Amino acid sequence: MTKKKIVYPFIPNSVPEVKEQMLREAGATSVEEFYADVPKDLRLRKQMNLPAPFLSEYALRRHVEGLLRKNRTTQQCLNFLGAGCYQHHVPAVCDEVNQRGEFLTAYAGEPYDDHGRFQALFEYCSMMGELLEMDVVNVPTYDGFQASATALRMACRITGRTRVLLAATLGRDKLSKIRDYLKPEIEITFVEHDPKTSGTKLEHLEKLLTDDVAAIYFENPSYLGYLETQGAEIAELAHKQGALSVVSVDPISLGVINPPVRYGADLVCGDIQPLGMHMQFGGGHAGFIASADEEKFVMQYPSRLFGIAPTRLPGEYGFGDVAYERTSFAKREEGNEWVGTAAALWGISAGVYLALMGPQGMKEIGEGILLRSRYARQEIGKVRGVRTDLFTAPHFKEFVVNFDGSGKKVADINAALLERDIFGGKDLSREFSWLGESALYCVTEVHTREDIDRLVSALEEVLA
Amino acid sequence: MKNITAERFTNGKPNLRRFHQARWDEPVIFELGQPGQRGILVPEVEDEIKSQVGDALAGIPDALRRKSPPRLPEMSQPAVLRHYDHLSQENLGVDFNIDIGQGTCTMKYSPKVNDQLARMPEMTELHPLQDESTVQGILEIMYRFEQILKEISGLDRFTLQPGAGSAAIYTNVSIIRAYHESRGESHQRDEIITTIFSHPSDAACAKVAGYKVITLYPDADGYPDLEALKAAVSQRTAALLITNPEDTGIFNPKIAAFTRIVHEAGGLCSYDQANANGILGITRAREAGFDLCHFNLHKTFSTPHGCGGPAVGATGVTQELAGFLPVPLVNFDGQRYFLNYDLPKSIGKIRPFYGVAPVVLKAYAWVMALGAAGLREVAEVAVLNNNYLMKKVTAIRGASAPYAPGKRRVEQVRYSWQKLYEETGVHSEELGIRAADFGVHYWTSHHPFVVPEPCTLEPTESYSKEELDEYADILEHVAEEAYTDPDLVKSAPHNSTVHTIDPHPFDDPQQWAITWRAYLRKTGHKQR
Repeated sequence: MTKKKIVYPFIPNSVPEVKEQMLREAGATSVEEFYADVPKDLRLRKQMNLPAPFLSEYALRRHVEGLLRKNRTTQQCLNFLGAGCYQHHVPAVCDEVNQRGEFLTAYAGEPYDDHGRFQALFEYCSMMGELLEMDVVNVPTYDGFQASATALRMACRITGRTRVLLAATLGRDKLSKIRDYLKPEIEITFVEHDPKTSGTKLEHLEKLLTDDVAAIYFENPSYLGYLETQGAEIAELAHKQGALSVVSVDPISLGVINPPVRYGADLVCGDIQPLGMHMQFGGGHAGFIASADEEKFVMQYPSRLFGIAPTRLPGEYGFGDVAYERTSFAKREEGNEWVGTAAALWGISAGVYLALMGPQGMKEIGEGILLRSRYARQEIGKVRGVRTDLFTAPHFKEFVVNFDGSGKKVADINAALLERDIFGGKDLSREFSWLGESALYCVTEVHTREDIDRLVSALEEVLA
Repeated sequence: MKNITAERFTNGKPNLRRFHQARWDEPVIFELGQPGQRGILVPEVEDEIKSQVGDALAGIPDALRRKSPPRLPEMSQPAVLRHYDHLSQENLGVDFNIDIGQGTCTMKYSPKVNDQLARMPEMTELHPLQDESTVQGILEIMYRFEQILKEISGLDRFTLQPGAGSAAIYTNVSIIRAYHESRGESHQRDEIITTIFSHPSDAACAKVAGYKVITLYPDADGYPDLEALKAAVSQRTAALLITNPEDTGIFNPKIAAFTRIVHEAGGLCSYDQANANGILGITRAREAGFDLCHFNLHKTFSTPHGCGGPAVGATGVTQELAGFLPVPLVNFDGQRYFLNYDLPKSIGKIRPFYGVAPVVLKAYAWVMALGAAGLREVAEVAVLNNNYLMKKVTAIRGASAPYAPGKRRVEQVRYSWQKLYEETGVHSEELGIRAADFGVHYWTSHHPFVVPEPCTLEPTESYSKEELDEYADILEHVAEEAYTDPDLVKSAPHNSTVHTIDPHPFDDPQQWAITWRAYLRKTGHKQR
């Protein structure tokens, strides 16, 4: 490296003459004066040991592109992984909107600076409200895990109870998050599932449901992909004991599948990544929580809630924070949990997605996913040594494929598929050891018949 | 032709911009479109599939079938785009203004090349559960970035999993809890200490994790109060969560004594590095005695704020605490990068998968464009900008910088307009709304307002001297208006997208409307 003075493009005042002038005007002789409060023994005496920089934009781009090109993408390979992160088509307009500097680089301005952000997020919440048929939806939290964990804490605050019941088929990662987040005062008990259907075992639920239970939580579809068909019965049992029904749902299913409020859910939550976010190695997640418009629910949200209101000009829409005093911004530890930066841009993108899709698009995509995934389940089930009928409940876009009959391990099968440029389903053999050598396959609207047939022939080859 | 340029100056100084925010008078999206219009078509299902599996809903019980379609807008694609483009223009990002008015938020420039790199399919089209051999590039970036953070902080291991600053604070508290549990002290240690000039989430996250929160107020000079800390620390202390410099911009010179006192009582010390921008390469968490820390990549490390996320709160710990970090960590065995789940004491998962990888990628690229000397330059220029601006702002009638008289500030300054308020009756918040008429942000402070009539400015390294002058000129102009024509300020905004909003519905359960459907119900308005 040469020692010459660098003027950094991102640092306008790195021009030496400007610095000197500013120092003079600030009444200082050196920047060292500004650090007078930093004790000498806390000062870093040498330059940090960091890699040499790529000072030109071209060199930087080459370096980072070189690293990224070591990856193989789901465009280069045929992907059947889901398990919480989903490959759906991302409409071009979603990307077009979320890369606009006005949205991308804004943050926390007031409604008079950032009217557009308030309206776009109000509209996102409103469109989610239509999809869910619920009147209250929050500005996004980090992800579906956080939405679930917070919904459970909300249920405890609403009911004044400290025990929750969770469906036993929850993914282990989400369960880990929920366990950590409900500590220390909230107790978790699991409700057994029916080994045939995969749905909740109602007798067991009834036994566990005592008057100290705040909520019963289940997913629809479940982590394993199956639909819970007894939502109404579950809610009825819960309500009888004064508990809430908390349901996590895949929003992209709701053009064809009934929203949980129709089977008695009180709090609905989930992840909007399927609605217009690229997978991004798990970087596209954002969580929603929804409820009825009752004060006892609204006052327990930790997140920001944006509302609509009139302005001084007749016919003009204004927006602002609803019930701000419930938040940690207003009351620090006396607020509900906390609020902060989370995933607002993905909320705006999901709004764009829902506006593009409209009611017809949501219906068609739901039907298309059901048809393709059912076709895949049928065809894969025909491969020798493979079962896709472990559970009898209907599935949405994911289903369990069991390879016990083939005598082969999922890990080996997936390695062989990878040689054929196919990413096989998520290996469940450690997460759910009672399912044996099983994998969770995901099929969406991005898969053509040819893609599915290619997977089936590859499996036939690999298992032959 | 007459000299237009000359009329843009008064006494050699540029006049303030005659700004007006974009104003499209945009309808709410549900008022747009027509029944039957489509924004996008979805891939059709092949006939062979249909004939093989029959009706899409076959097998779905009637009770689970949606009977009435969601009342989503029905719009053409250009209409959707135009609507969102209008809304975007009614928004003010860093790309558009001298964004130094949201102090503590580090609103710096986000280099465009980094956004472009993060939009490459080799980033966007990766499933997190792909075989490790197919994601070596992104794992290498995460690994390399962790090494960078280790050097910047002096701590030993980082997780990139938490989704923003507050999630990182919570992660640290969860690690603290697990640490005390592992020593059998979790019941005894039920208190966490923080300061009022640390972010509200330091207090709030501690509470969520089950701790009693003790909040220290500053001493008369605005420094965190060492005597108050001594009085608060006991065998019940689980940890200290503290920012430095605090949101006042004042660096706590006794920080090593703070961490020592907490350590002596058996507690841990966690460093909220939200305000790290001005001290990169100057001073580190390790030397100050911290056990844990976190950096906001969307602040210090330049990744765009996205209207409030996605983001990353990179969380670092000493070797002693590394075993408690969330799983998985990214390891390197000399040949391959891999995800390490083998942490028996781990607190588990904080979020799905491994964090917001494209944000990590952008932060990595930012550091790699600057290097060690560049990061030092970032810190020094940010601090120079701040002290230069402080000189200008404190010269404005009615403004002051409370505490530590005669002392410099680091990354930001919490100013007070108390004198202006007493003399004019105009509140700080009202000055901020009037400032929006000139195309800039302005923020008061977190609550409670310990500094009366507060205003927090953080110039970062991203703005030129001329831009700082322009911002100070706007403040000076607005302050003068408060003295000469207070009603003009109090009736602002005048040049915004919207006029003064009626705040009453927001706190009235009968009136508040958090969705359009609730609005229709509460106003009795019928859609079309």
